[in-house]
Amino acid sequence: MEVLFSLLIGLFFAVAIYLMMSKYTVRILLGIVILGNAVNLLLFTAGRLTREVPPIIGAGLDALPAGAANPLPQALILTAIVISFSFFAFLLVLAYRAYQELGTDNTDEMRLAEPGDEPLPPLGY
Amino acid sequence: MNTLILRTVAPFITALMLLFSVFVLLRGHNEPGGGFIGGLIAASALAIYGIAYGVSAVRRAIRFHPMAIAGFGLLIAVISGVISIFAGVPFMTGLWIYPTLFGVEVPLATVVSFDIGVYLVVVGAITSIALALEERDHD
Amino acid sequence: MAAPTSTPVDLSAALVLAPATFADWLVVLPVALMLGAGAALMMIRHRIDLHGLLAVPALALLVLIDAALLWKVWSGGPVTMTMGRWLPPFGIAFTVDLFGAVMALVAALAALAGGIYALRDIDTSGRRYGFFPFLLLLMAGVTGAFVTGDVFNLYVWFEVLLISSFGLLILGSEREQIDGALKYAILNLLGTTLFLIGVGYLYAIFGTLNMADIATKAADHRGSAPTITLGALFVLAFAMKAAAFPVNFWLPASYHTPRIVVSALFGGLLTKVGIYALIRIMVMLFPVEREELSLVIAISAALTMLLGALGALAQNDLRRLAGYLVIAGIGNMMAGVAIGTEPGVSGAILYALHSMVAMTALYLVTGEAARLGGSFSLAALGGLYVRSPWFTAASFILFLAVAGLPPFLGLWPKVALLKAALDIGAWWLAASILVSAFIVTLALGRVFLLAYWRPRADDAPPAPRASMTIVLPIAGLVAFSVVFGLFPESLIGLSQAAAEGLADPSAYIRSVFPGGAPIPAGGAP
Repeated sequence: MEVLFSLLIGLFFAVAIYLMMSKYTVRILLGIVILGNAVNLLLFTAGRLTREVPPIIGAGLDALPAGAANPLPQALILTAIVISFSFFAFLLVLAYRAYQELGTDNTDEMRLAEPGDEPLPPLGY
Repeated sequence: MNTLILRTVAPFITALMLLFSVFVLLRGHNEPGGGFIGGLIAASALAIYGIAYGVSAVRRAIRFHPMAIAGFGLLIAVISGVISIFAGVPFMTGLWIYPTLFGVEVPLATVVSFDIGVYLVVVGAITSIALALEERDHD
Repeated sequence: MAAPTSTPVDLSAALVLAPATFADWLVVLPVALMLGAGAALMMIRHRIDLHGLLAVPALALLVLIDAALLWKVWSGGPVTMTMGRWLPPFGIAFTVDLFGAVMALVAALAALAGGIYALRDIDTSGRRYGFFPFLLLLMAGVTGAFVTGDVFNLYVWFEVLLISSFGLLILGSEREQIDGALKYAILNLLGTTLFLIGVGYLYAIFGTLNMADIATKAADHRGSAPTITLGALFVLAFAMKAAAFPVNFWLPASYHTPRIVVSALFGGLLTKVGIYALIRIMVMLFPVEREELSLVIAISAALTMLLGALGALAQNDLRRLAGYLVIAGIGNMMAGVAIGTEPGVSGAILYALHSMVAMTALYLVTGEAARLGGSFSLAALGGLYVRSPWFTAASFILFLAVAGLPPFLGLWPKVALLKAALDIGAWWLAASILVSAFIVTLALGRVFLLAYWRPRADDAPPAPRASMTIVLPIAGLVAFSVVFGLFPESLIGLSQAAAEGLADPSAYIRSVFPGGAPIPAGGAP
C-alpha cells in the first residue's frame, strides 16, 4: 500500500513541478495547489497506512482499539490544508491583481520591480 | 449569475447554511464538526448571498468588516488560552464549568470558546477573501 | 461524555500535574501578547488613530517580557511549557533556551524601533490597510518561531509570519509592490512547502516532532534511515527562507518595493528566522548530518556573501543595495553553520544578533536619506552632510558597523567567524569573509561619498526637521551597535553560552523531560 502511495505522491510532485516551471502565473498557481496535495499525501503516508479502524476511543473504553489509524498525521494534514488553502486564496487574489495592474500573466514580462534598464551607480563625481 | 431564481432562493439558503454552520460548530464539541468547518460553511453562505445580491449587500448585512470579525475571533481564541493562567495550569488547558440553566446541566469549557474563536476567524478571513474576489468580478 | 471506567485513571501518565508557575508563563506570554494585541487592533481597524498608540506600548511590553525571559533562562536554564498540560512529546512544547531567548529579545528591540518609526512614516492609507495589526502578527510569528520546541509548530509560525509579511508587503497596492509580492509569495511558499516535506519525512523516521525527543532519538536512527537526505532537505528549505545562494533571488526582487519600515523589519527579522531554524535543526538536532553537508553549506555561504557584496556594488537604488547587503550578511551566518564548531556557531549567533539590529537600522537610515535628499537613487542624492551632520554621523557609524570595521558591533562576529574558520583550516572560507567585507566597505564607502559628501548640484528646499519618531529608533539602534561594539563581552558570552547549549542539548532535553528519558517510542506508528 505504501509503495502505491509513494508512486502516486511522486506523480503529484512531477506534475506540480512541471506546472510550476511554466512562465504563466495561472499554471504556477495550479502547480502550487497540486504541490500542497502531494505534501498532504506524503504526510499521510508518513504516518503509516492502516485500514478500517478509526482512531476514536469508543464509549466504555480507555484506549484505542488495536490497529487503529494514527491520528497525528491527520491533524498535521488538517493544519496543512488550512494553511495551503488560505495561501492559495491569497495568491489567487494577488495573481488576479497582478494581471489587472500589470496587464500580463507572463512572469517574463513582470519587470516593474526590477527594470532591465536600471542605471549603474555613478562612478565618480 | 444573479437570476431571479437565485435571488429568490438565496436568502433562504443563506439563512439555512448559517444555522447549519452554528449546528456544526456546536456539534464539534463531542462529535465530528467544529469551528473550522462551521466557519467555512458560514463563509460559503455569505459568498452565495454576495453572488445573488452583490458585495455591498453582504457588507451591509454583516455590519462589521470581515477582518474585524476575524480579529474578534482571534482575540477570543487567545483569551481562551490565556485564561488558564488563573488556574495555575499551562497555556491552552481546557477548563470546564457546569452551570445549570433551566434545569439542564450545561458543560461549558474554554475549549468551546476557543472553537467559537476559530469559527469567527475563518468566517472573517474567508469572507474577506471571497468578497475581494467577487468585487473584482463586477469591475 | 465517556462512560465511567472501572479502573481509576492514572493522570500522571498523560498530564503535567505540577502547577504552572508565572515563570513558565513567560515562555508563552510573548506570543499570546502579540496575537492578542494584533487581534484587538484588527477589531478596531477603523480607529486608525489608536493603532500606533496601542501597538508601540505592546511592542515595548514585548521587549520587557522577552528581557525577563532571557534573564530567567540565563539564570535557570531552558524553560518549557507544554500546551494543554499534555506530557511531551504528546503536547506541543514551547521550549526556550538561551539561543531562542536572546534572538527573541533582539528581534523585539528591532520591531520596537520599527514601530516607533512607523508612527509618522506610515500614513493614513497604510494604517487603513492594517500596518500595525500585521506588524504585531508578524512579531507573533517571529517570536513563536524563536520559542517553540516542536518542529511542526515551527512550520506553523513560519506560515504566520509569512502571511502577515504578505499583508505588509502589498501595503498600498502599488504596481511594483504587486510585482515584487507575487515573486516573494510564490518562492517563499515553495520554501515553506519544502520545510513541510522535511517535517513529513522527519515524522516518518522518528515518529515524533518534539525537538528534544528527536535530539535524544537521532543517534538510534542514524544509519538505518535516510537522515542525510532529510538534512539536505532542511538545509535547502531554510536556505530559501534565509535567502542564501542559489535560492536568494526573491529577496532583491521584492525587498525594495514596500514602505521603508516594512523593508527594515523584513531585512532585519525574516531572513534571520531562516538562519535560526537552520541552526536549531542542523546544529542541535542533526550535527552528524550537518558535518556531512558542511562542504555544500560552506560553498553556498561563500558564494552568498561574495555575490551579495558584488550585487550591492552594482546598485544605484539605495534600497536594493541594502537588500544585497542583507544577503551578504546571510552568507556570513551560513559560514558559521558550515564551520559548525562551537566558536563557529557562536559567531553565527552573534552575527545574527548584530544583523537584526544593523539591517533594520540600515533601511531606516535609507528612508531618512531619501526624505532628506528626495530620492533613493545614488545618482540623484547628494549633500546630506550639509543637510544634517548628526544624521551623517549616525549613518557613518552604521556603515562601519555593517562593513565590520572596528570599533562597532559588526567587527566581533566577523572576528569570531574568521578565527573559527582558520581553526578548522578552511582558509578559503576565511578569505571569502574578508573579501566580502572589503567589497561591502567599498559599496558603503561609495554611498557615503556620493550621497553624503558630494556637494548637491541643485538647491532644493530643505526637508523639514526630523521628528523624534525618526531620531529615536535610528539613534537607539546605532547606540546598540556602538555600546556592544565597545563592550562586547556580555553579548559574546551570551552567544557562546547559546552555542554550548546547542552543541550539548542535555539541559534543553532535561527541561522538556524533567523525569529523565522520554517515553520510549513504543513502535513508531
